[in-house]
Amino acid sequence: MIELRSLGKEYGEGDGKVVALRDISLTVADGEIFGIIGLSGAGKSTLVRCINLLERPTSGEVVIDGRSMTELSRAELLQMRHSIGMIFQGFNLLEQRTVLRNVCFPLEIVGVKRADAEKRARELLKVVGLEERAGAYPSQLSGGQKQRVAIARALATKPKYLLCDEATSALDPNTTQAILDLLKTINRTMGVTIVVITHEMRVIDQICDRVAVIDHSRIAEMGEVREVFTNPRSQIARELILPGSKKINGELGGRLVRIVFDGERSSKPVISSIVMECQVPVNIMFADTRDLDGTAYGHMIIQLPDNERESERVLSWLRENEITYKEEG
Amino acid sequence: MFSEMFYKIWDAGILQLGVWETVYMTVLSSIVAYIIGLPLGVVLSVTAPGGIRPVGWLNRVLGFIVNFFRSIPFIVLMVAMLPVAKFVVGTSLGNKAVIVMLIIAAAPYVARMVEGSIKEVDAGVIEAANAMGCTNFQIVRKVLIPEAKPALINGAIISMVTILGYSAMAATIGGTGLGQIAIIYGHQRSNADITWICVLLLVIIVQIIQEVGMVIVRRTDKRTK
Repeated sequence: MIELRSLGKEYGEGDGKVVALRDISLTVADGEIFGIIGLSGAGKSTLVRCINLLERPTSGEVVIDGRSMTELSRAELLQMRHSIGMIFQGFNLLEQRTVLRNVCFPLEIVGVKRADAEKRARELLKVVGLEERAGAYPSQLSGGQKQRVAIARALATKPKYLLCDEATSALDPNTTQAILDLLKTINRTMGVTIVVITHEMRVIDQICDRVAVIDHSRIAEMGEVREVFTNPRSQIARELILPGSKKINGELGGRLVRIVFDGERSSKPVISSIVMECQVPVNIMFADTRDLDGTAYGHMIIQLPDNERESERVLSWLRENEITYKEEG
Repeated sequence: MFSEMFYKIWDAGILQLGVWETVYMTVLSSIVAYIIGLPLGVVLSVTAPGGIRPVGWLNRVLGFIVNFFRSIPFIVLMVAMLPVAKFVVGTSLGNKAVIVMLIIAAAPYVARMVEGSIKEVDAGVIEAANAMGCTNFQIVRKVLIPEAKPALINGAIISMVTILGYSAMAATIGGTGLGQIAIIYGHQRSNADITWICVLLLVIIVQIIQEVGMVIVRRTDKRTK
């Protein structure tokens, strides 16, 4: 279990002082995938680096498995880091080593014999689907493949935790999807607790169990992903969930309703059903949905007629069909 | 077509010996300069602000020493360091003394070269190594030096060519080699052909260092294939 207790981080002194983190308290339970989302500059990268003490917090406490990280000796801290894997936006592979030797690297660090390390590395390359590229150098790989190698490397020492710092931000949507699937598989099959840092809501929405929304160095909102996604309470969460939604809400009249597709009910063609069954014309103002293995994820904002009775008909239809929705603006 | 003097020194094997002496002095000085300069360069980059283990005072002290020696033109340094040579190798004359001078001049140069190469290693890779729980020594040995290897070899080529250039100046304190031949037989006795032959031989030696070096760099560097 990872516990952050009123964590703070400041850089510099006096007039040049910058506060990167303010009073951050959160708990990541074993076995979950915890998301931390925020715009760039919100402090989320600093936050994840405070977990393994790549950045030393200036106040508060980081407690992992009951041990306070800031009180560990240097040797104990290095020991602790062997059980916390980390992957990065820029992959950070050793360019002068082959894929196999990259995965062996953390094992070398802890003194595993070369033959044993290579055996373990090959197993991991199989897990990430790159066993055939063991002899290649990073420069010969695509971005997605590099991140797979980085994941294999991060898992080499069988860590209990995996920190992902914008791990998919440099990848295209298809590759992002594949990496997210891989992370989810690793979480399920190896029981690795994952902390995901991202600025993309889809990453949170697809793999995370819980999420903390960071804004201006603080936690703006935290909870189950479904709950935050359906019912965002903070302005920043609304912006992250509905990019450009301010504009939509501001410029248009009428009643706006956001329909959430959470993957549970997608067989039904919602919009056409509304139109046909309620006999009400609706306007699609915004849609961000995608199909994952036959189930729909995402959301859509529809504009209902000004007519109170007609729009009420739509809302009660949504309720009857147990479709999650939220009135906007 | 050549002057009489050319045939004389050729037959006496002076020119051939000159090539050997130049190569020998350059290679030996380079090796010792790297034995001193490589760790020094690593320490400079590691202890620098933003390095993996910043130590302000140590970095400033070493930086000052390196800059001090780097500021002195080689020809002045040679004269100034004669007592040091006498202390180290027991004589302030000849090639033994010259090699000491070359090392004193080259080691700080090499240190800056190494420092520059190591600073080019991607900060992200170092961060990843830190996240994996590497000790600083492991980072130096398993990350910084291997990742900087192509740049280090490139630097070594440049350093060797510089040392070769210095070695020719050593004729002024009694060093031998192609520099001395060009000055004594070429310049002082007005045999322009000998001077030019020395030039040609030096150019060939430099080309060989360059080419061999570049082949090694290409073989070593795995970033572009």
